[in-house]
Amino acid sequence: MKSYDVIIIGGGVIGCMTARALARYELKVLLIEKNSDIGAGASSANSAIIHAGHDPMPGTLKAQMNRLANPMWDQLSAELGIPFKRTGAYIVAIDEDLSCLDALMERSKKNGVPAEIISSDEMKKREPRVNPAVKGALFTPTGGMVDPFAACIAPLENAMANGVEVLTETAFQDFIMDGMMIKGVRTNLGDFGCRWVINAAGTYSDDIMHKAGLRPDFKITPRRGEYYILDKSEIQIDNILFPVPNENSKGILVLGSTHGNTLVGPNSNSINEKGNKAVTADGLAEIWAGAQRLVPSISPRAIIATFAGLRATGNARSLNVDYSHDFLIEVAKEVKGLINLAGIESPGLTSAPAIAEYVVQMLSDAGEKLVEKKSFNPIRPARPRFNHLSREEQAALIEKDPRYGRIVCRCEMITEGEIVAEIHAPLPARTYDAIKRRTWLGTGRCLGSFDMPRVVDILARELGVSPLTITKKGPGSEFLFRPTKEVEA
Amino acid sequence: MTRKERYDVVVIGSGPGGLAAAIAAKRNGAGDVLCIDRDLEPGGILLQCIHNGFGMETFKEDLPGPSYAQRFIDQAYAAQVEFLLDTMVLEITRDKHIFATSKQHGFLEIEAKAVVLAMGCRERTRAQVRLPGTRPAGVYTAGTAQRWVNVEGYMPGKNFVILGSGDIGMIMARRLTFEGAKVERVLEVMPYLSGLTRNYVQCLMDYDIELQLKHTVKNIIGKNRVEAIEACAVDDKWNPIPGTEEIIPCDTLLLSVGLIPENELSRKAGVLIDPITAGPYVDDGFQTSVPGVFSAGNVVHVYDLVDWVSEAGLTAGKSAAILAQKGKLAESPAIPVKAADNVRYVVPQTLHPDHLADGDIRLQMRVTRPIEKPVWVEVRSGDNLITRRGEPYARPGEMVTINLKQDLLDVVKAAPELTVAVVER
Repeated sequence: MKSYDVIIIGGGVIGCMTARALARYELKVLLIEKNSDIGAGASSANSAIIHAGHDPMPGTLKAQMNRLANPMWDQLSAELGIPFKRTGAYIVAIDEDLSCLDALMERSKKNGVPAEIISSDEMKKREPRVNPAVKGALFTPTGGMVDPFAACIAPLENAMANGVEVLTETAFQDFIMDGMMIKGVRTNLGDFGCRWVINAAGTYSDDIMHKAGLRPDFKITPRRGEYYILDKSEIQIDNILFPVPNENSKGILVLGSTHGNTLVGPNSNSINEKGNKAVTADGLAEIWAGAQRLVPSISPRAIIATFAGLRATGNARSLNVDYSHDFLIEVAKEVKGLINLAGIESPGLTSAPAIAEYVVQMLSDAGEKLVEKKSFNPIRPARPRFNHLSREEQAALIEKDPRYGRIVCRCEMITEGEIVAEIHAPLPARTYDAIKRRTWLGTGRCLGSFDMPRVVDILARELGVSPLTITKKGPGSEFLFRPTKEVEA
Repeated sequence: MTRKERYDVVVIGSGPGGLAAAIAAKRNGAGDVLCIDRDLEPGGILLQCIHNGFGMETFKEDLPGPSYAQRFIDQAYAAQVEFLLDTMVLEITRDKHIFATSKQHGFLEIEAKAVVLAMGCRERTRAQVRLPGTRPAGVYTAGTAQRWVNVEGYMPGKNFVILGSGDIGMIMARRLTFEGAKVERVLEVMPYLSGLTRNYVQCLMDYDIELQLKHTVKNIIGKNRVEAIEACAVDDKWNPIPGTEEIIPCDTLLLSVGLIPENELSRKAGVLIDPITAGPYVDDGFQTSVPGVFSAGNVVHVYDLVDWVSEAGLTAGKSAAILAQKGKLAESPAIPVKAADNVRYVVPQTLHPDHLADGDIRLQMRVTRPIEKPVWVEVRSGDNLITRRGEPYARPGEMVTINLKQDLLDVVKAAPELTVAVVER
């Protein structure tokens, strides 16, 4: 049985950031992911915001992790080549009494988050498309936008470059225990020994800890959020606009993104079925109404895509304050060798790098002797993105590799060179969706109807397999069934 | 081969509109004419349209798409049109500077005296008709499936439901049936067909494929691959009627829910777009709001016959050639042509009355609602009827045409604007 110091279950942003944090030390680390690609669960669909941290209830782990993590993103972006823009964010008061902004200001102060209240005129100046009925806004300058897929892929690639191993299509089945001590995990690919398991299984993190006999009352009840993506040739909002939040969520936003598209959403509906990322007619109507409240001029003509994401909402109580949906971050007490990172819903993406550092701290506190690797290289260079280059840089790139001259995805202007590079990357893209998440191919106004046959063809060619085996997102999602009938010449 | 950096006329796209424009530009005296296409071969989407039904107007023959295209490709090569293939245009500036990129030719910068936009159209997607449900493999536009079957030689499914009675959808229903697949149903949200009646007869009726009008897809079911769709009837406002839901097991949902002119390049060049056609505002010579930039074919508005696309290309190419040689098109001020009763839009949106001296001007339109009895297509100036033409019926799926004859020159010259209506006789 192959043995590791640490096995991380789950290749979402929490698992990937944790893998990279652990890669600094002389530890043998394995990350397992049940899907065909990493970042395909809760991390695959969210608002892509680095929150300033004004929203979580003061005293919660959410507030603490958000505050610690927010300033880390500049360095992470620089070291790992993660697209990131610190745009600031606005909480916009329209129908509400202006005193609600004072309350938010107070909460920001308690959370240690810089914020200022700006006038209606100032808000209109900064975002001319905002509802003209705006009364004022809270501006949090440290808010920002991130590429949520790169936030998973980049740290894990860097972790791999520093020795971490990764297995996809590898599902946790059970723990291997010796009394109350964890000795390893059983998976569909066999058994792996380890001294520590880090449970970063997102919406399934409750199931994992229950397998160890822990916290039978802890339960993840996913909350689904639905979104629209708008065409960047129709509208480009470079700001993050929140409504005034309610009890359950931060509300329906209108916001820009690192790749230029405007996003609308999410709503918030608890669902019973884990993994159900369907969009609904009612949900879409709800987010559209919410968006029109913030930006009345948006037109349904601009809609190019819909998607839904799941928040891994848990029921962990905060230690210090009366709050029952906090992050659960702990070294398990009843069994030895398990760290739970559970109930990581928003602001989970933001908090991921701080949670990862906290894992290092918890291991150290538990007596694990952490020796820094002399060879650790924190840099993971971003691969070229043709459409983000100047004309001169584009010409130079094509000169070097002509495959960057052939556009495959005509809406997002993604080239064959970029696709081939991702197929052969350290963390290889082997499915259509994996290429999509890495390059943003197929996310434009034609939703891949032009590029899909071409990408299937390139994947088959580069992997040396039949196009019939190429999938959208792993086994069972093949695009094609059989060749057409043969016709005699 | 070294390429020139300056051309009289550059045509973007080598589908039927672009090919005709390039040929006409050459024939009307343009010097160097370049046709740029992103695909490996000229012909555009016709190359995957292996069914017949093309060319009845142009050649009085019933041709498959590739054969129709080949006739124009041969003419273009004979006329010494240059082609730049496997090449994507990234940007056209207002002053007709073109940036393009190619695996074979590298990064390219080209100057043109006149540009003809002929990028065609793309298919509407599930997001644009806001289809609820999951996002499994097996939801494709009809055109994507057509490429897989006809060009790549693969079947993208076994059991199909088709949403939308657009022409490509109906043609694919027949094509997939030929290939041994089962087409369970064609659903159309409108109370009438959105494609041509002949396609309904030849592709659905002849193969016993059921068409359900006023029906839509309420939900897409399946995690990795489509497992079923939930269909339902809709009321007059397209809202699902409770109690009419039906689960139809299938592994593929094809969408044939409309086409959208592809004008991202046009917008970047500063060309004004008509929100109703989603194509550029054009005059009778197919010049856009940017002088020297013309456009032709499905990039202007979506046609139902390729013959009309070729004809528009010929007109645009001729205009571009004249402009490239003379620096401007000699012309009177344009007058507006406006959609009136039961006309959703009319193309061109403006016309130069003087051009009637050179020949008839064709007006093409789509009606808003079907009229299943004889109609008049009427052109008026104010209350004055200028010309009219009878048709046995008018349907939104079938483009309506009327010609302004040369002999109307004086009447049209005196008109401040024209209106077009399609009314019951």
